[in-house]
Amino acid sequence: METLGVLLTVPMNQYLEEELDSRYNLFRLWETPPESRLDFLRAHAGSIHALVGDTNVVADAETIDALPRLEIVSTFSVGLDKIDLHKCRERGIRVTNTPDVLTDDVADLAIGLAIAVLRRIPQADRYVRCGSWKAKGNYQLTTKFSGKPVGIIGLGRIGMAVAKRAEAFGCSISYHSRSEKPDTNYKYYSNVLDLAANCQVLIVACSLTPETRHIVNREVMDTLGPKGVLVNIGRGQHVDEPELVKALVEGRLGAAAIDVFEQEPLVPEELFGLDNVVISPHAGSDTLETCKAMADLVLQNLEAHSSSKPLLTPVL
Amino acid sequence: MAGDERRPPELRPLLLLRPSPLALSCLSTRFHLLKPWDSPLPLPAFLSAHAAAVEALLITGLIPVTADTLDSLPSVRCIVTTSAGVNHIDLSECARRGVVVANTGTVFSEDGADYAVGLLIDVLRRVSAADQYVRRGLWPITGDYPLGSKLGGKRVGIIGLGNIGSRVAKRLEAFGCTISYNSRTKKPSVPYKYYPNVCDLAADSDALVVSCSLTSKTHHIINKDVLSALGKQGIIINVGRGELIDEEELIKCLMNGDIKGAGLDVFKNEPSVPEEFLSMNNVVLSPHSAVCTNEVSQDLIHLVIANFEAFFSGRPLITPVSA
Repeated sequence: METLGVLLTVPMNQYLEEELDSRYNLFRLWETPPESRLDFLRAHAGSIHALVGDTNVVADAETIDALPRLEIVSTFSVGLDKIDLHKCRERGIRVTNTPDVLTDDVADLAIGLAIAVLRRIPQADRYVRCGSWKAKGNYQLTTKFSGKPVGIIGLGRIGMAVAKRAEAFGCSISYHSRSEKPDTNYKYYSNVLDLAANCQVLIVACSLTPETRHIVNREVMDTLGPKGVLVNIGRGQHVDEPELVKALVEGRLGAAAIDVFEQEPLVPEELFGLDNVVISPHAGSDTLETCKAMADLVLQNLEAHSSSKPLLTPVL
Repeated sequence: MAGDERRPPELRPLLLLRPSPLALSCLSTRFHLLKPWDSPLPLPAFLSAHAAAVEALLITGLIPVTADTLDSLPSVRCIVTTSAGVNHIDLSECARRGVVVANTGTVFSEDGADYAVGLLIDVLRRVSAADQYVRRGLWPITGDYPLGSKLGGKRVGIIGLGNIGSRVAKRLEAFGCTISYNSRTKKPSVPYKYYPNVCDLAADSDALVVSCSLTSKTHHIINKDVLSALGKQGIIINVGRGELIDEEELIKCLMNGDIKGAGLDVFKNEPSVPEEFLSMNNVVLSPHSAVCTNEVSQDLIHLVIANFEAFFSGRPLITPVSA
């Protein structure tokens, strides 16, 4: 039986790469310069049956078209925005992702970022390290987190996990979602502007689709206001980034804690000088434990596929 | 009764020992504030001249109250401190002289708990270190920041399950942590496992949160043995007092990789912080600001006023502490 040929788009996890290499025929896309990638794909198209990608590089239309023998796309993420699902559906290509195993970590980071930016933890750390505590005295007063009204965009697995954590801090929870969820007591707003008007900490936790692109736009930020805090653990494209920068610099938005950006790893440099911002390098699920669990899920899905067993976490 | 009208509270004299902007702006309409720093007289002379009859003393900024302090204020009967901790006040001397003392009760507790949780997440998930990494422009150059460690499922040992500790516990439970604790005595109505011995607690914990008060019994409660029991994967968070931890031992353990990381809001010789910490990226440092929020300031002033008004009206203090 033919060994599965697996295309790994980026070196996202050493353990995963080693396991793929030992079990299958591994093709490492990043070792080819970008301008030669299509040629590389075409050269090996006959041997590539599976593609493993991450939040930045997965399977766009061009890639899928170059791989006529592609049977399965297994993404090292829960987000599917970098996969041309329409094409996969057309071609009958299976798609799996890594839900659930990363829910806790992402929700933990969302709350950790909210506390960090309200309480200025990174800024206070720098204040101590550069000698200002000795030279200038106490750090400024910051803003309390407990009890603040929290609004969540997207009440899926991650959104619910964020809500559960925020409740332990006495925060009231409201949300905006495609549709109201029948089994929660949280207040639902059918319009994201109404949500922004009724919360102080707005957390983006929905999936990225054409409908949710720039769901946090200038108007939402202005509504959230000078005391409002935006936390983005979704995708960079959920937020109008140039408008975010302007809103923060001009004080129309109080603060922001951002884990995802429109052009990762590039971050608007204007943010680097701001004290009302916490910047995180897309680390939502970046723990040893969770990355191993995600890698195992990718491997288990590929294993199931190659032994014609049911996939563990299929999307298509 | 004739001639026995209660003096309006705003005229009652209240002694401050240092200029606190909050006290000065909020208390001057309610009390006659005595401000030694405005006087050309040295403090002892000022106190003899102006404060011999003063009954009420407001302590801000953790200024110590010793037997000598009390000697210089023979009429003081009520001390209110703007802190939760009272290790800077000689409580037994106060008790001996019939001086009642009030602290901040639970006004700080939520903020303190929030901060402890924030520090723990920061250390485990490298929030501050990664923020600095990106600001230095390194993300496009050296790639993703090293992986952190998952909070969910971690065993957290809380030292001091008081106002702050109990709120830390409640918060961390929502993250899927297992909570155990050490306290002076076992609390009968809490669902967490009690460890009478701190070393045993440390041995069974992935992270320790220190939130107890500093007394002669808890000085260096976190010592070499406890840090060793905590182990190489262990994290320690301190929002209590610097002297609860043997700071030199902690530094050694961090430098040798004998524990994994620390989040420290308090130090032995504030605002001096040992240089060794400054180059560690597995430590989050904080300038004793765990409870310093705008919201708390308002609550604090109301409580200070309420305590002094209770005293002047002959009622029990709102948030008394005892030796």
